[in-house]
Amino acid sequence: MEDLHIATIVVSTIRNAPVLMFAALAGLFAERSGVVDIGLEGKILGSAFASAAVAYATQNPWYGVLAGVAVSTALALVQAFVSITQKGNQLVCGIAINIAMSGLTFVLAQFFFQQGGRTPDLGDNRLAEIVLPGTAALDNVPFLGWLYGHVIGGHSVLVYAAFALVPVVHWVVYHSRFGLRLRACGENPHALDAAGVSVERTRYLAMFVAGVLCSFSGAYLAIVQSGFFLRDMSAGAGYLALTALVFGNWRPLHTVLGCLMFGLFGAIQIQLEGVDLPVVGRIPGSLIQMIPYVVTVVVLAGLMAKSVAPKAIGKPFVKSR
Amino acid sequence: MTKTDLPRWATGFVLPLLNLLSALLVAALVIRLLGESPIESLTILVNSAIVNPEGLAYTLFYASTFVFTGLAVSVAMQAGLFNIGAEGQMYVGGLGLTIAMLAFDAHLPGWLLIPAGMLGAALFGALWAFLPGWLQAKRGSHVVVTTIMFNFIAASLMNFIIVKYLIPEGQQNPASRVFADGAALPLLSTWFPQLGDTPLNIALPLAVVALAAYGILVWRSSWGYRLRATGLNARAAHYAGVRISRTIVVTMLISGALAGFAAVNSVLGSTHYLSLNFPAGAGFVGIAIALMGRQHPVGIFLSSVLFGALIQGGFDLSLEKPNIPQETFIFIQGLIILFCGAMENLYAPALRRLLGAARPRHATTKEPA
Repeated sequence: MEDLHIATIVVSTIRNAPVLMFAALAGLFAERSGVVDIGLEGKILGSAFASAAVAYATQNPWYGVLAGVAVSTALALVQAFVSITQKGNQLVCGIAINIAMSGLTFVLAQFFFQQGGRTPDLGDNRLAEIVLPGTAALDNVPFLGWLYGHVIGGHSVLVYAAFALVPVVHWVVYHSRFGLRLRACGENPHALDAAGVSVERTRYLAMFVAGVLCSFSGAYLAIVQSGFFLRDMSAGAGYLALTALVFGNWRPLHTVLGCLMFGLFGAIQIQLEGVDLPVVGRIPGSLIQMIPYVVTVVVLAGLMAKSVAPKAIGKPFVKSR
Repeated sequence: MTKTDLPRWATGFVLPLLNLLSALLVAALVIRLLGESPIESLTILVNSAIVNPEGLAYTLFYASTFVFTGLAVSVAMQAGLFNIGAEGQMYVGGLGLTIAMLAFDAHLPGWLLIPAGMLGAALFGALWAFLPGWLQAKRGSHVVVTTIMFNFIAASLMNFIIVKYLIPEGQQNPASRVFADGAALPLLSTWFPQLGDTPLNIALPLAVVALAAYGILVWRSSWGYRLRATGLNARAAHYAGVRISRTIVVTMLISGALAGFAAVNSVLGSTHYLSLNFPAGAGFVGIAIALMGRQHPVGIFLSSVLFGALIQGGFDLSLEKPNIPQETFIFIQGLIILFCGAMENLYAPALRRLLGAARPRHATTKEPA
């Protein structure tokens, strides 16, 4: 019985984490280039709505994913225009996008589907779970069957994509030419400029990548996890991803660990709901919900680890003459 | 380079107006795409929020709340702090107010009870802002991220407290009990019967007083000078002898107290009980107001009235036009923040060229104006 709980927690951690992983890695590109990305939340929401609506209209989840990419990228480019070309306040821009998307997605969902800001259930048109060959054969083997069928196999393609992305992002950030420029752009844009590389172009490119990556987070929420769009369904995932980024010190592997940790909290919260624990008794879900945020504040306070942001973050680049 | 080479009337009035118009233009486009007429919608909105005296009273009622959240965000901005936590501070302020009510409303008369509630609201709001302020001042944790976190923590915590402790026995609705009648804020319709049966109350004159006090504190007091110096250049202010961390903490306390105070109008002025998620976004509206009003008392007041009108008019509009639900105004609020806040200098180059052309003396040589 006890094992079953831990097994469920492991599996649901794996399923919770991709939402945060895509968004956090998106934020990593934006922030490493020197653009604060508070607008992750709005991009997740926008892409969740677009992918759910288009997937329902076309009855094909892949068109949904594409629509999500388009919306999230468009929002990222608006952010890029404001932050890079207009040299506006990046925090304000991100907040604006979050608030605007919270309103607009509801209005559009209501306009198209009249279900109180929800999109119709996708039913079988969600992205399917991949069943690895031989799952049935191993099903009766204790532990191995569970490991093979539910931990390694049995997830949507986006889950594998999220985990496969981690080494790729690590390689791009630390071992590619673009990654070197990206990091320089966030630490010392004037040096990059002096080396003859356009800071504006690098930042636009970073924001484009951020837009594409972030869209999968929304698509995953809408067409894998739930099968529909719900008003404000991102429920702070964008902020939590940002937090994982702070927690992971803007490094891909550590950031993903942060995402897994928050995914674990989410899984534990569902498991603990209404369960009597020894000593403390019943812990209400609303208190467990607080844990990630409290942990973040503690991390931010420098009580657990030192977190250092890219130096030029949030500052518009003004070319020196 | 910056906006300083433009005259003050241009930066303070023309640019915000152009930005606001751009935001409303995008909104009109979306309304058009939803199959409704923007002009007709605007007419309904103006009629229900401004022309109709009862509607105007509701507009000003909402505006009274927004003045306080707008001031909360503005005063923090003066010190260079972006307080996104007004929503949470207002929510927790509501708890302080409720505790004062539950403790005293059986014993105290109204004229003591209401100030007690106000004090509770301001105190709890300030407390909720203290930790983000302190962490920013002492540990360098960015106040934006911590206040966002504190919003989420407040939401969960209040959910827990209301459901676990405040729901009266035998009730299901997640809200506290109704407070005694004496705790209701005196209505302005007592003196101005033409306002009809509206919740507009003494929070409006209080808001005006708060705006004036803010103006005097920030621009006419030595503390305000230190505040603005910290916001403009913390390092320079430090060398000039300003205690930066102290200024930051005190500013956040004031900011939180103002946000907490916003709960007074929402709770004691209308519902008379604490309900789940009662701020309903007023803290975020405060961000829009502070940016649009450029942290100036007059600007804050005008923006608050505008947002009050959008809420009130939007409510009536949503009844007449089902395609334009109230959430449309959350979208418009986002647009206003985007255009008035993040892209505040969008039209500055064009305006500069225009003014340069009108007055050739000031035209720069580079531009063939």
